[in-house]
Amino acid sequence: MRARVRVSLIGVLLAALVLAGCGQEEPAAGEAGEERAAAGEESGELVIYSGRNEELVGPILERFEEESGIETQVRYGDTAELAATILEEGENSPADVFFAQDAGALGAVSEEGLFRELPGSILDRVEERFRDPEGEWVGISGRARVVAYNTERLSEEDLPDSILEFTDPEWEGRIGWAPTNGSFQAFVTALRVVEGDDVAREWLEGIVANNPRVYENNTAILEGVAAGEVDVGFVNHYYLFRALEEQGQDYPARNYYLKNGDPGALINVAGAGILNTSDSPEEAQRLLEFLLSEEAQRYFADETYEYPLAAGVEAQDELVPLEEIESPDIDLGSLEDLEGTLQLLQETGAL
Amino acid sequence: MAPAGERAGSGLRPPAAVWVPAALVAGAMLLPPAYLFVRSFEDGVGNVLEVALEGRTLAVLLRSVVLAAAVTAATVLVAVPLAWLTARTDLPGRDAWTVLAALPLVIPSYVGGFVFVSMLGPRGILQGHLERLFGIQELPSIYGFPGAFLALTLFTYPYVFLTVRAALRGMDPALEEAARSLGSSGWETFFRVTLPQLRPAAAAGALLVALYVLSDFGAVSLLQYDSFTRAIYIQYRAAFDRTPAAIMGLMLIMLTLAILYVEARTRGRARYHRSTAGAVRPAPTVRLGGWKWPALAYCGTIVALALIMPVGVLGFWLARGLAHGEPLRLVWDAALNSVYVSSLAALATALAALPVAILAVRFPGAISGAIERLTYVGFALPGIVLALSLVFFGSNYAPWLYQGLAMLIFAYAVHFLPQAIGSTRAALLQASPRVEEAARSLGRSPLKTMATVTAPLARSGILAGMALVFLTTMKELPATLLLSPTGFDTLATRIWTATSEAFFARAAAPALLLIAVSAIPMYLLTIRDRMKL
Repeated sequence: MRARVRVSLIGVLLAALVLAGCGQEEPAAGEAGEERAAAGEESGELVIYSGRNEELVGPILERFEEESGIETQVRYGDTAELAATILEEGENSPADVFFAQDAGALGAVSEEGLFRELPGSILDRVEERFRDPEGEWVGISGRARVVAYNTERLSEEDLPDSILEFTDPEWEGRIGWAPTNGSFQAFVTALRVVEGDDVAREWLEGIVANNPRVYENNTAILEGVAAGEVDVGFVNHYYLFRALEEQGQDYPARNYYLKNGDPGALINVAGAGILNTSDSPEEAQRLLEFLLSEEAQRYFADETYEYPLAAGVEAQDELVPLEEIESPDIDLGSLEDLEGTLQLLQETGAL
Repeated sequence: MAPAGERAGSGLRPPAAVWVPAALVAGAMLLPPAYLFVRSFEDGVGNVLEVALEGRTLAVLLRSVVLAAAVTAATVLVAVPLAWLTARTDLPGRDAWTVLAALPLVIPSYVGGFVFVSMLGPRGILQGHLERLFGIQELPSIYGFPGAFLALTLFTYPYVFLTVRAALRGMDPALEEAARSLGSSGWETFFRVTLPQLRPAAAAGALLVALYVLSDFGAVSLLQYDSFTRAIYIQYRAAFDRTPAAIMGLMLIMLTLAILYVEARTRGRARYHRSTAGAVRPAPTVRLGGWKWPALAYCGTIVALALIMPVGVLGFWLARGLAHGEPLRLVWDAALNSVYVSSLAALATALAALPVAILAVRFPGAISGAIERLTYVGFALPGIVLALSLVFFGSNYAPWLYQGLAMLIFAYAVHFLPQAIGSTRAALLQASPRVEEAARSLGRSPLKTMATVTAPLARSGILAGMALVFLTTMKELPATLLLSPTGFDTLATRIWTATSEAFFARAAAPALLLIAVSAIPMYLLTIRDRMKL
């Protein structure tokens, strides 16, 4: 019986080959693909899961490889999807370092106990408010929440000091937001922490009552603002500078920073942690040290228009300096309660 | 050997060459539901019921069903005339039209969605032109149902187009000739003879459309239609919570099974195979005469909306970027990788599909029907859910395969299998089992018969299935990101990298390359198909 089965399988393969003849598939790139595949399976390299975009961090990770002589393998993907992947992989994760777009994803991995504690030599390079209180992950670069506005319709003087004032009916139909966006949700969590759940609920209800236009992400909001679909949008600060780079200085949108420690001026971080299962923790530490070095921090400032977080490195001239942003006094570690924020967003009909 | 009855082969025991591989395929297809089951019941049955029965969950599910039904109906209306014109008439340039009409399938929905918004948005490119010409300040919003409906219809109709076209080419012209000789007019023959015979192929294509719409995330999110898949993504992205997402994935599987039940009922019990000769005899070409012009206008309109418009917008982005000093990046490495994995995926999937399709067509019964249905489960799941299920099994139970090329191809096959099964099945229905019986009675083994008789007879359907798998693998993203060998670039990952950070100019070059590269195998398949007939 078993022999018959084997004969059958061989037969199926033959049938396959006959079909292959009909289909005439072209295995042109064969070698290239296999070489790469084999390279990925070698051990001893530093495997990085990066939720940060290759366009943004690819060059600096290559610099690390050149300078340290440590070989790296980077898997790029969506931050949340990579976090879910790490959780699924558990003990078998091939990753050494998780470089995430936002603190929430780092928190989710940390909560499952999959990160190892970082040494003080790494943690101390960054202000306390930009790292994990338990010392399991560290912020690498910062981004500020801002209000993007259409310069053909508005000027800075038309904009309120606090994000709370956008519930005024005068903003009906003029606001763009992205309730599914992680940065936005981090802001709502901050609003809950600073002002309390009731104020956050009232604010969400007020904005929803103003019929905001829902976008999928910051980019889409900014495009909507520039195209005049809406007058203002709640976004992160750096998208504007990329648009200016690609589309020129007459791009009709600019950033506005909210004032007086308003939750709308929250500064969130992209950060990294080292996995428990890492087989090269020392190399991983060197990567984190490099990412917080003057050179890498300078790179983030100049190339991605983010705020460098390591002490002593200044942001781009075009940006409002980090110290001058009147951001809320808040511990990013306290922004973990996404569950509650999600519930609030759903209850108020924002999601 | 007992003579076959009305329903070919029923009552016979399928040979091991058929049922063993089919059972293996079915086993592989069980992985994603098994994973979802494990994750769903992690927090107990109560939690499952709470998530599944929540009013909002059900409301969103209903919205997805409505969208899927509308898009499916529209794609059939769009694609059947297109397939008939390119397969049966003397339409000028029909090979070119075939390729052009199939290509919208390679446009990733996260690109198509962007294109739609920037072209047809309330203040998009079209509005800009209209404002200059007629002073129109703002177009009606395309966000929500209308935009999602239009975008998904234009990017998924090739599913129906390719399967129906294959069926038209494999159909026995004898019935149509008989109808004509008995006095039916051309139109009457089309509606009463040709169209009913297209039912299995149209249903197979329509099923793919419906399931694709259920699983799509790119278009619905960019066009802001609150769908079930979007709700699943929100769970992952905002809450980092895999349990509710898994529960919703299971609900999607149940919905899929319900849709399959409906589809099975529309298949009916009719026979579709050729009556006499074994080999395919081409149908006579219909002369369009004066109808040529409206036919060309029709093909032109569809291709303009579904292909020329996206290509135009991509070209505009590219030009705008180049004008601002962006370098032109032609990523040939990524293009070669894309073609390579997509070809392998097409081949592997077609292979896996053949035994399942033979089992379902030649040996109909409860078990073969169940196996065929099971293969559709992977297609209805959003890419991320499927990818995570294989991450779970791969990393924990097959670490030596995890994030290797073989595993990636396996993931594509699990995801896209129904694309190959649908058209293979439709083609097998057209091939008469009498020929296979003749081969068997002349002493060929079941295996040899399958390889030398069955497969060649079903060739046009198998090729159509491979084309579908090839085109959709070219653009596949979630599984490629999570399961490919680390550092393995494809055109899809290149495009995603650029669009996710709004570098539209940088996304344009690889996106145009994706469309151009996909056109070549499509063209070869089209030409080959015609010459062999």
